Amino acid sequence: MKKFIGFVKKEYYHIIRDPRTLFVLIAMPIAQILLFGYVITNEIKNASIGILDHSKDEVTKQISSKILSSGYFKLDASINSEQEIHEAFRKGKIKEVIVFEPHFGEKLKKEGSAKIQIIADASDPNMANLLTNYTEAIIRNYSIAITTQNSQISLITPEVRMLYNPELKGAYMFVPGIIAMLLMLISALMTSISITREKELGTMEVLLASPLNPFTVIVGKVTPYLLLSFINACLILLTGYFVFNVPINGSIVLLLAECLLFIFMALSLGILISTVTKTQQAAMLISLVVLMLPTILLSGFIFPVENMPLILQYLCKIMPPKYFINIVRTIMLKGGNLSTLWSDTLILFGMSIFFIIVSVRKYKIRLE
Amino acid sequence: MNFVEINNISKSYGTHKALHETSFSVKKGELFGVIGPDGAGKTTLFRILTTLLLADSGSAKIAGLDILKDYKKIRQIVGYMPGKFSLYQDLTIEENLAFFATIFGTTIKENYELIKDIYIQIEPFKDRQAGKLSGGMKQKLALSCALIHKPEILILDEPTTGVDAVSRTEFWDLLRRFKDMGITIIVSTPYMDEASLCDRVALMQEGKIMQIDTPANIIKNYKPELLAIHSNNMHDLLVKLRNYNINSQVYLFGQTVHFSSNERINQSDLKNYLQNNGHPNTEINTCSPTIEDCFLWLMKQHN
Repeated sequence: MKKFIGFVKKEYYHIIRDPRTLFVLIAMPIAQILLFGYVITNEIKNASIGILDHSKDEVTKQISSKILSSGYFKLDASINSEQEIHEAFRKGKIKEVIVFEPHFGEKLKKEGSAKIQIIADASDPNMANLLTNYTEAIIRNYSIAITTQNSQISLITPEVRMLYNPELKGAYMFVPGIIAMLLMLISALMTSISITREKELGTMEVLLASPLNPFTVIVGKVTPYLLLSFINACLILLTGYFVFNVPINGSIVLLLAECLLFIFMALSLGILISTVTKTQQAAMLISLVVLMLPTILLSGFIFPVENMPLILQYLCKIMPPKYFINIVRTIMLKGGNLSTLWSDTLILFGMSIFFIIVSVRKYKIRLE
Repeated sequence: MNFVEINNISKSYGTHKALHETSFSVKKGELFGVIGPDGAGKTTLFRILTTLLLADSGSAKIAGLDILKDYKKIRQIVGYMPGKFSLYQDLTIEENLAFFATIFGTTIKENYELIKDIYIQIEPFKDRQAGKLSGGMKQKLALSCALIHKPEILILDEPTTGVDAVSRTEFWDLLRRFKDMGITIIVSTPYMDEASLCDRVALMQEGKIMQIDTPANIIKNYKPELLAIHSNNMHDLLVKLRNYNINSQVYLFGQTVHFSSNERINQSDLKNYLQNNGHPNTEINTCSPTIEDCFLWLMKQHN
């Protein structure tokens, strides 16, 4: 036990005497979450649009102002002819143009129908899709409002309710993802680097020649990073809660416990990496390529697993972050508890045990 | 009773034979030197002894413990100092020492007496990080760390390489003191002049041990005649001497050229030869061999 404490103390000195690493460890989570929160977003906010109004009557003005006051759109320039539409698109000034046909209000009154054309810049297909959907929704609402006012014809009106994230906020989606990504990065990367550094500097030779057993070395290496990663997890949760208003509906204790479990899993993975690599660079490369990319791409963090080709879906099943992200989302947004999450938790637990057993077995008691 | 016993140890890295059926033994309390140039196999031998590498064949015992089966016990009684400085550069002198004391299950206080003589020299800098120490101080710290658990045997891999002459002398003084305390010491060095400071030495070359004996006996066993020759143009002198007698060995040695041969050398004939070949003012003296002369001679015999 004394040996273990001595070892942890030594690791602690390494960490605090390397201010650059320490800074990265603390600043990175906050930088990442702010970056994801403000830059990488697929919500619409103040998208520039143009309106070509051939009719300019009461009704078209009402619809226009409804669209512009939604907060999603802002009028960039009023467009007066068809030719100007193409020019504006080509300049990239606007993303969408709404065209009202001539005599719009009159037609609507007399014939009961009128046409609006929505033209979107589909060089960014996702954006175009979103914009047209938002516009259509606003117009649909308006048309439902006036029909129910004027007649008694019954209409089927679907009422959509977005559960758990009523405003469809991106932050709800990426905060769990970032927790997974950063915990993976810090835990796996930092432990694998710190072990390979001992190999590179030759200190591993002295450690091996000493009576320290592999278990003490491994657990001693892991403990400081476990603590550090846990602090990071809390930092991300706090930023998510206070800056982006991501709620924590479920039990905080359960959430933190699951974070600890995931950190433990990532740390054992980091040790496993360090047992098969000799240099810090190799360890870093493996951690980044083998761990980071799957965490971002194959975990349901950004792209839904259900939409992937079957073979990738199977691949996702062996990615620990997939389970963790699901757990975090369920707890934070749906307020889920262990009775719904026991299988995911068990899988993560099993993976941790597997990695730790493999790395203790692979840990070399000699050089070479 | 031999404290260390090594029997026919061989080790290869791929096709390169690092150690070739090496055998020797070291008595308890002996200061044993392994002398040889870089690549002679000294480090490989030491790593096998410290249970860090597995030998391809052969066996070895330290204090009656088998290096294969009892590796855990051996790690407890061996104090090992690798060739490369292997302490934590970002830890201070005191922290390094305390760490190594802890992992061997002891404390600085408990064994302070043992390391006192060395530690006193570096204690004024105990709050300085190891990476910022001079070469000599690093070696003293590394030795303290290797000694802190009161080992029965010290295995030191080139402890004086890259250390200044004064520190080297001090270091050897310290080794003698630990030897007097009863600690068995195996030390390797590429410096031939350090061989005379050991009780016995093994001269090693390309994975083979050429000779094992006391330094005095090694010099006594040097059979050929040895001449030290000086001239104005040393480089040309080397070339000319090499042409003089095929069965001889010629090499620069400090300010002179050493010329040795199994056959008797007629000094006046040699002087005439050199005079006729552009060396009018040569100085030829017989001289007594050093370990380096012995080593080079043995090398020639083995090739």
